[in-house]
Amino acid sequence: MIQTDEEKKKRKFKSAGKMRDIMFQYYIDAKSAESNGKKVAWITSGGPVEPLIVMDVIPVYPENHGAMIGASHMGGDLCEKAEAMGYSGDLCSYARADIGCAPVNGGPISGLPRPDMLICCNNICGTVLKWYEVQARYFNVPLFIFDTPFCHTGFGDEARKYVRRQMEEYISFLEHACGKRFDFDKSMEVGRLSLAGQRLWQEVLDAAAQKPSPITAFDAFFFLALIVTLRGTQTVVDFYTELLEEMKEKVDLGVSAVPQERYRLLWDNLPVWYRLKWLSDKFASHDACLVADTYTTAWCGSMKYIDENNFIDSMAEAYTRIYLNIGIDEMAKTVFEMIDKYNVDGLVMHSNRSCKPYSLGQYDIQRMVQEKKGIPCMMIESHMVDERSFSESQIATRIDAFMEIIKQRKS
Amino acid sequence: MKTAGIDIGSITAKAAIVEDGRILGTKVAFTGYNASLAGRSVYERLLDELGMDASSVMKIISTGYGRNSVDFADKSMTEIICHGAGAHFINPEVRSIIDIGGQDSKALVVDKDGKVKDFVMNDKCAAGTGRFLEVMARALEVNLDDFGALSLRSESPSKISSICTVFAESEVISLISKGEVRENIIAGIHDSVASRVFAMAQRIGLSQPIMMTGGVAKNIGVVKALEKKIGSPVEVNDYAQVNGAIGAAVLAGKMG
Repeated sequence: MIQTDEEKKKRKFKSAGKMRDIMFQYYIDAKSAESNGKKVAWITSGGPVEPLIVMDVIPVYPENHGAMIGASHMGGDLCEKAEAMGYSGDLCSYARADIGCAPVNGGPISGLPRPDMLICCNNICGTVLKWYEVQARYFNVPLFIFDTPFCHTGFGDEARKYVRRQMEEYISFLEHACGKRFDFDKSMEVGRLSLAGQRLWQEVLDAAAQKPSPITAFDAFFFLALIVTLRGTQTVVDFYTELLEEMKEKVDLGVSAVPQERYRLLWDNLPVWYRLKWLSDKFASHDACLVADTYTTAWCGSMKYIDENNFIDSMAEAYTRIYLNIGIDEMAKTVFEMIDKYNVDGLVMHSNRSCKPYSLGQYDIQRMVQEKKGIPCMMIESHMVDERSFSESQIATRIDAFMEIIKQRKS
Repeated sequence: MKTAGIDIGSITAKAAIVEDGRILGTKVAFTGYNASLAGRSVYERLLDELGMDASSVMKIISTGYGRNSVDFADKSMTEIICHGAGAHFINPEVRSIIDIGGQDSKALVVDKDGKVKDFVMNDKCAAGTGRFLEVMARALEVNLDDFGALSLRSESPSKISSICTVFAESEVISLISKGEVRENIIAGIHDSVASRVFAMAQRIGLSQPIMMTGGVAKNIGVVKALEKKIGSPVEVNDYAQVNGAIGAAVLAGKMG
């Protein structure tokens, strides 16, 4: 369907420009940290960032940088550099892009600012342990490893004590690295802002339950950057409040993200960063809207464990029980809930060769979804940043066939 | 009403014309470098053979990798849906289809109406496809058409890795140099194709009866190896290679 300029304008998010400005300023601040007497910590995407905010340390996310590298189509080149350094092509493409980038300051922003310390939390995967060790050696900076036990089902007292104890070690590591005391009063305020940001983010994503949906998963992949990078700050709260307002306006006016939304789909796993537009156009050409995804939901999925009045204690549990650190049955439960909440007609899974913890078990989840929910599922094989791994015509055929099946079922 | 299906695969282009539940004719030709030209040419040759005029064909659906380059088709559909429709047309009892073509292999499960319920395709790799067998035939200096019959004479199939076409070719060359007989090597190649496709097909769960389609179904050795793996008969008919084109023609008959 051909859209007029006016229609395209209606669908666009005014907030997108503002978010670009915020992210631009964030990277300027991070890159000029040294001259402003501030410290920079590199941290994993699922890591407990709030203590860094309390200590006035600028958190920088190699994974967010990886997404930018992917979206800029610079992943293949940097992955090749890492492979030339001796890293396997089977390794995560975020890790390869980051390791390949560091010595050459490549990528869309000419590399990340040099870190003063590294914070690695293994709640998202095991690869980060070696990745951060490599970077700690390369930059010769201290590394703090925050170890979260895998939670197949519940969260016992032993696990709670184990993780809580590390929170204390983390705080003393930061006190030592920054040469100042940790301000517990300020941590209450940062905790409050973090939770407020997560709640707002969930509300933004919830808007997709509307029919037609005012937002696609591709929009969510874009707007996600703030809850990842600036969680625990007023900036996030203010921005998502505005975004939510815009979303409500769209719902009131009946503006849909996809011109003719006839089919609603759920996405699983990280995005294919270098093919966002292609995938978005491909699904839209079938009048299909990817309304929600398990990935962006992960940044508000464990807020139910957070106690605003006891943030430091409760965040130990919240950071341990995130989507990638729970058993397959628990993951499937989340997927079932999302299928119902967003009322979707099919599930699109990205078997992401980069992210083993996310991709392992997808065929089991697929089988469970087909048995319990009876909706079609499809699989796309790729790497999230390494564009050399994307086979366009094969994936196009799979998407076309998947949509033909959904259309047949609904006709 | 006469309708046509054009299936442009990576190696061959196929055309089929059906009328009221009957197959009037089918044709296979090499795709070559120009998919658009191949589609037109195979279709015109079929019309000639049947002594038909293009105007007597009411609807045309194109399918296969080159489906979007068939400019005279009314619509294009994926080969997945078309193989389901084709197999159902030929035998409505069929519930699973294993299709091995030139560059891909796939498995589908269909319902009682021939609608595809689930499917799985090979990843970015030619192992276990027609191209894999072509490479092996070249290495062994055997005509691909003789592969099936030769492999049935094997008493002790060789072990061939199914990981990669290029590495498997090196394995075959090393087996030749060790003096292994061709029959055993070919049977080993067929076993490796069957293992790979069966492992993939198990992801969606096969339901009986099973039909094999695609050009590779002409190879009796692969069919037998698959039957052994699955532990049940696999139905093959003379239309296996043109099944996608027949399905496209059948679906064209259902177009509004």
